[in-house]
Amino acid sequence: MPASTTDDNILTIAGLTKSFGAIQALRGVDFELRRGEIHAIAGENGAGKSTLMNIVDGILRPDSGKIYLDGNEVRITSPAMAQRLGIGFVHQEIALCPDVSVAENIFMGVTASSPALLMDYRAIESRAGEILGQLGDIDPAALVGTLSISQQQLVEIAKALTLDCRVLILDEPTAALTEREAQTLFGIMRELAARGISIIYITHRMAEIFANCDRVTVLRDGRYIKTMNVAETTPAEVVSAMVGRVIDDLYPPKMSDEEKSDEIILEVRDLTDRNRFSGVSFQLCKGEVIGLAGLIGAGRSEIARAICRLEGEITGEVLLHGTPLDLGSYAESIARGIVYLSEDRKGDGLFLDMSIATNISALRVEQVARFGVLIDERREAELARTLGARLNLKYGNTDQPVSALSGGNQQKVAIAKMLSVNPQVIFLDEPTRGVDVGAKAEIHGILRDLARAGVGIIVISSELPELIGLCDRVLVVREGRIAGTVSGSEMTEDRIMYLASIGEEERLVS
Amino acid sequence: MTMTIATPNQDRPAKSQPRGLRGLLRMRETGLILIILALFVVMSFASEFFLTWANMRAMVMAFAVEGIVVVGMTILLISGGIDLSVGSVTALAMVIAGLLFLNGLDPWTASLLAVAACTAIGAGMGFFVTKVGLHHFIVSLAVMVIARGLCLLGTGGRPLGLYTLPPEFKFIGTGTVGVIPVVVIIFVTVVVAFDFMLRRTTMFRKVFYTGSNEKAAAYSGIRTKKVVFLTTTLCSALCGLAGVIYMARFGSAQPTFGVGMELNVIAAAVIGGASLKGGSGTIFGAILGTVLLSVVSSSLALLDVSVYWQDIIRGSILLTAVTVDHYLNKRRG
Repeated sequence: MPASTTDDNILTIAGLTKSFGAIQALRGVDFELRRGEIHAIAGENGAGKSTLMNIVDGILRPDSGKIYLDGNEVRITSPAMAQRLGIGFVHQEIALCPDVSVAENIFMGVTASSPALLMDYRAIESRAGEILGQLGDIDPAALVGTLSISQQQLVEIAKALTLDCRVLILDEPTAALTEREAQTLFGIMRELAARGISIIYITHRMAEIFANCDRVTVLRDGRYIKTMNVAETTPAEVVSAMVGRVIDDLYPPKMSDEEKSDEIILEVRDLTDRNRFSGVSFQLCKGEVIGLAGLIGAGRSEIARAICRLEGEITGEVLLHGTPLDLGSYAESIARGIVYLSEDRKGDGLFLDMSIATNISALRVEQVARFGVLIDERREAELARTLGARLNLKYGNTDQPVSALSGGNQQKVAIAKMLSVNPQVIFLDEPTRGVDVGAKAEIHGILRDLARAGVGIIVISSELPELIGLCDRVLVVREGRIAGTVSGSEMTEDRIMYLASIGEEERLVS
Repeated sequence: MTMTIATPNQDRPAKSQPRGLRGLLRMRETGLILIILALFVVMSFASEFFLTWANMRAMVMAFAVEGIVVVGMTILLISGGIDLSVGSVTALAMVIAGLLFLNGLDPWTASLLAVAACTAIGAGMGFFVTKVGLHHFIVSLAVMVIARGLCLLGTGGRPLGLYTLPPEFKFIGTGTVGVIPVVVIIFVTVVVAFDFMLRRTTMFRKVFYTGSNEKAAAYSGIRTKKVVFLTTTLCSALCGLAGVIYMARFGSAQPTFGVGMELNVIAAAVIGGASLKGGSGTIFGAILGTVLLSVVSSSLALLDVSVYWQDIIRGSILLTAVTVDHYLNKRRG
């Protein structure tokens, strides 16, 4: 048992590691949680916060490392077991049954394990009322589907509290809340802490950490960086611990001044989709890599998919090399050379159980077919080999199912699929999500080479260092509008975050 | 467009590894052939009647026409759909062609109209699935009942005797070229044509893309609804063809024909490697599945096993096949 396990700590984590295939998500993470404290875990996307919490909740099993609860080593093998041990987890995504009452949702876990055959609705409603009374004004008999998102969040918290939890994990609970709702939630958190419940609070918003938390632990690239008392540190110190990764040499050189061109590949004028975004205008010049930044739900992917005609009803103008486009479908968009790489590689990017060759040819099978009708498997394999070589794809042979490849190589297949039609403009939505560091750098190199060869590249990413390292210009999208464009020395995480979230993080700029 | 990425593994030999998915599919087809051959060997010892020309012919005749329906079902399954109405629609083709013939139309025109009617039924199902957004299972269940009802309505529930069918029409169902029944020639032609098209044409490749991952297919610019509409229509059209051939063979139109056919046909396709989740399957495999079920039925009959046992055994074969498939898939994933 590590020396640090004292009576003060309810939860102690030592040397936790976890990898997914080639990706090392956690590399020996240590963590201590004291009784009755609010302990923030901060880190960028992909730092390992969610993996760590999923292990504590028994959703994932660690490769090595130990977890102690009250000084005793525990092996948490399922969320049900975590509940029995007194660990409650409020996930970022709400997981309630919308067609069932608040009370039934709150007691779902209890009901499931109860030996009683009949539901005692009156009892659960009155007990739900008691618990909800501490949290806010919600009718326990109301259907969850009729509540606002913030009320649903409170129901999730109530659900965790019924299980007599001693450790409560909150994963970015304020992402969907208004400022006032968030303040109510913070008040509740402090009350719970005063009653001796320990809270793990996952966030990347500095203001929330400094207003509400006792201590903060920073993770970066799956490593434990440090734990600080909030009273003794500054936001700048936390941010520098979070973003302190070396990025300079991982990215290819940007467009030089000589390479700058006035030739416009793609121009978008006042593009509007009633519910998703409005007044979007930008120009993509030859040789340029543009980034689209913004918080989740800001409308970045929607803009890209609308231009490609994958979804939505749009008004406004899209011009390719100065010619106005009137695309009726994504098939027409592909025919004109405008393609979209999906953010959800497994869900809608690839045919996982089909071969590498058939995946790569999918956008235009006709090009590997005789008379455009009879598929020539040799030509199909040849196309896959040519593009595979260009992208340095690691594979056995082109007949292998894509599911046999690593995440990075799957992504290269998805990119090869885009390149198979010699596109003019590629929208890449989170092109390096779930990809290991080496393949990530390769993909960045490929994108830069494509830009240099005259292909318009627009990258959507939630990872700010990626956008800053890769792009010549970043458009920041906030609530369906372009809130600003940054380039050159103005392209900093602080500046982009500021534009993406209207000054919420302004006080951080130091 | 020029690229500067290094190309280290361009010359990697393509034969070094097991040939992925296709290797497994081949393995399945080889396995089915071995099982069928083993059954042949065992049965030729167990019954003196098994390995006779008459029995072989009877067996082939038994699955040849149904095999045409299996082709349609397999393609539909690959696209992610299913059709429970195949038995009723096949019977309806017989009834429509029979009634038109009895009302004075020549049998060829009557048959053509019957096939067209079945195609229209398939298109109707395709409409409900792709435009209205209902599930294949429910739509085809409804059509199964409706088509059977139409059969009974049209005939008053009694078989239509078509004694005046001209011999040149009956030739389709009963004639032979040399020693080979015409039915078998039609069957082999349909199978070879669709097997080739499914493996080689861009049109049918889109069926695989759609069934493998409909969203990814849409994100590849494929009009997936059109694909599903067409495979649904094709399956019913092939049922129409099968119904007309049955009529020529039996010289009658039987309104109760093909009850339970859908289960046999789906079982054959699945034993042959089609997945109910879509995206995989071959015509060749499905036909081997049909042959296997047919050989088993014939064997059990020759061994004097009760018909009731036959159903139990057929069901068990299906369950075994899908269980094996499940584990193969797991290992692959």
